[in-house]
Amino acid sequence: MSRDLNIKVHHLTRVEGHGNIVVNMKDGVLEKAHLSIVEPPRFFEAMVKGRSFHEAAIITSRICGICSLGHQLTSLVATEDALGLEISEQTRLLRKLLIHGATMQSNILHAYFLAAPDFLGAGSVFPLIATHKDVVLRALRMKRVANDIGDIVSGRAVHPITPVPGGFTRIPEKAELLELKRKLLEEALPDGLETVETMKALAGAIPQFERETEYISLKNADEYAFYEGDIFSSDSGAIPVQNYLDVTNEFVVNHSTSKHAKHNRNSYFVGALARWNNNSAQLGEEALAAAAAMGLKPNCHNPYMNTIAQVVEAVHCILDSVRIIDKLIDDGLKNEKPNQTPTRYGRGISSNEVPRGILFHDYTYDNKGNIIKANCVIPTGQNLANIDNDMLKLVPEIINKSKAEITLALEMLVRAYDPCISCSVHMLEVDFIE
Amino acid sequence: MKPQVAFFDFTSCEGCQLNKLNLENDLLDILKHVDIVEFREAMDDKADFYDIAFIEGSISSPSCVERIHDIRRRSKILVALGSCAVNGGVNAMKNLHPIDDVRETVYGDDKYLFATLPAMAVSAVVKVDYEVRGCPMTQQDFLKLLISLVMGKEPPKYGSPVCVECKLSENECLYNRGMVCLGPITRGGCGAICPSLGQFCTGCRGLVDNPNMDGMLDLMTSHGISLDEAKKRMQLYNSNEVQL
Repeated sequence: MSRDLNIKVHHLTRVEGHGNIVVNMKDGVLEKAHLSIVEPPRFFEAMVKGRSFHEAAIITSRICGICSLGHQLTSLVATEDALGLEISEQTRLLRKLLIHGATMQSNILHAYFLAAPDFLGAGSVFPLIATHKDVVLRALRMKRVANDIGDIVSGRAVHPITPVPGGFTRIPEKAELLELKRKLLEEALPDGLETVETMKALAGAIPQFERETEYISLKNADEYAFYEGDIFSSDSGAIPVQNYLDVTNEFVVNHSTSKHAKHNRNSYFVGALARWNNNSAQLGEEALAAAAAMGLKPNCHNPYMNTIAQVVEAVHCILDSVRIIDKLIDDGLKNEKPNQTPTRYGRGISSNEVPRGILFHDYTYDNKGNIIKANCVIPTGQNLANIDNDMLKLVPEIINKSKAEITLALEMLVRAYDPCISCSVHMLEVDFIE
Repeated sequence: MKPQVAFFDFTSCEGCQLNKLNLENDLLDILKHVDIVEFREAMDDKADFYDIAFIEGSISSPSCVERIHDIRRRSKILVALGSCAVNGGVNAMKNLHPIDDVRETVYGDDKYLFATLPAMAVSAVVKVDYEVRGCPMTQQDFLKLLISLVMGKEPPKYGSPVCVECKLSENECLYNRGMVCLGPITRGGCGAICPSLGQFCTGCRGLVDNPNMDGMLDLMTSHGISLDEAKKRMQLYNSNEVQL
């Protein structure tokens, strides 16, 4: 069909940060389909230059409110690697618990507040309060428990306070952890399983679209990886975190203040769906049952299913948080002080899975413990080229639909990636140009 | 009619907005008293006029300047939310370096592709009626301000430093524990949350009126850090105010 189509969605809603969708088709030939990132540049790598190792994580957590915990922990691990600071097993467990809280809060926020309105034909979660009050209340309860993890273990869920290089400035009390465990089992778990039922009922509204691509995530022999592990590509296998630059290959494009990335192909996918595709065999039976109920299978190539993978992970995070709390208490909580005596000064590189995908921080310190050079590679930035490639395949497939339907399908596509634009520019809008 | 409320984000991490969405226990009650007519992070709708416009983030590009003027023209009351909006926050640290160096550090040879300005407080560009400080702003401060505005009362102001609230919390001074803390010159209202959890005050609520800067530098340098390091610590959240 020879059609002219000009779509420009300015400042796409229900995503974090500012982006535009631009699609331009002339006489049936697709000239342009991309996500243009227009968030003002933030310049974090420049801001941390000259700053003390005590401040690095405080500053880089401000890259993003939603991902503040992920940035903070990844920053701390890079600093510890650079300065030779060993951490205790208790610190490691508390950090894993925090990542579960942040992942659960972010995945639930995205599935219910940002994505679900599309499945129900609403413009936001607010009209759903009248029509689906029990669902909204459930989402709020789950978010609350997830944020309780952050509040109790790290002082506050947005921009945590107590995690510092070498450990924590305050260790949670046993009674606090036991109350958290009670909420996880008595409130979050039933709500999580109800969420699976809700999403199963809405799954018919998820567009059928497939584009196989390279999936990149962390991989850890012992568990479904969020904290620590090797980089893993579905195309080429394991790569040490130290070699992350060989994977990310960032480059500047003129339609985005956020850099793009490519590895074995001209784009790759990071996030819940990549973690699912690479590591689903390591999930417990409850999470696997949730995936099966919602129709998510291993090696899923439908980017819209990222939201479903997020719900599966929420179930996993609830149960694995309980396991971690049990282990912390069985091992006996120790009132440890953070280990902040550097044993070397140099370069440190770290990687964790944050809700939107694999994150890298890379710092080089001088012998006073101040940063000489910093680099942060953000999940959303890594996904941008892949989003553009999805659009290039999707638009011709749905070109017989109305402009409004095409626009919605593109908006839903971008939202499915749960982009975090503040992060990526350390930026979203939709433009169709006819 | 309920007040028409809108939220806008500029250069920021959107953590203050997230903190509002994290008011899980109060969110539905808030919606009984105000209509949220624009909130891009959470909804599609847009409106023409606002009774109260909440602004998060710094003004840091030419397009930000145009947008904030447009919002101001259409708003009865304009509130700066969080330290990025109140005084530039951490974004303003880039103002300490020559702008060409900053661009080159991040974008290399493509440094002129994207427009940027020094990171400015919202009040540097348009009139700001009220502010909620902090990084992130606290939910309690936001609720207190919103309730005051809905009821037509003057919102609470905080004048005393974090140190006062820290003493009231009966914390041991962090300087006694070998740490360097910005409590003496930083505006309170946070309940000294960071020192109470064993972490030093980073100065996120901005400076008190008439801060004793020399005394602060003396205290910091007498606890083992260099003058240069002490100045940098003071600038973390106050790069536009602390010119040293």
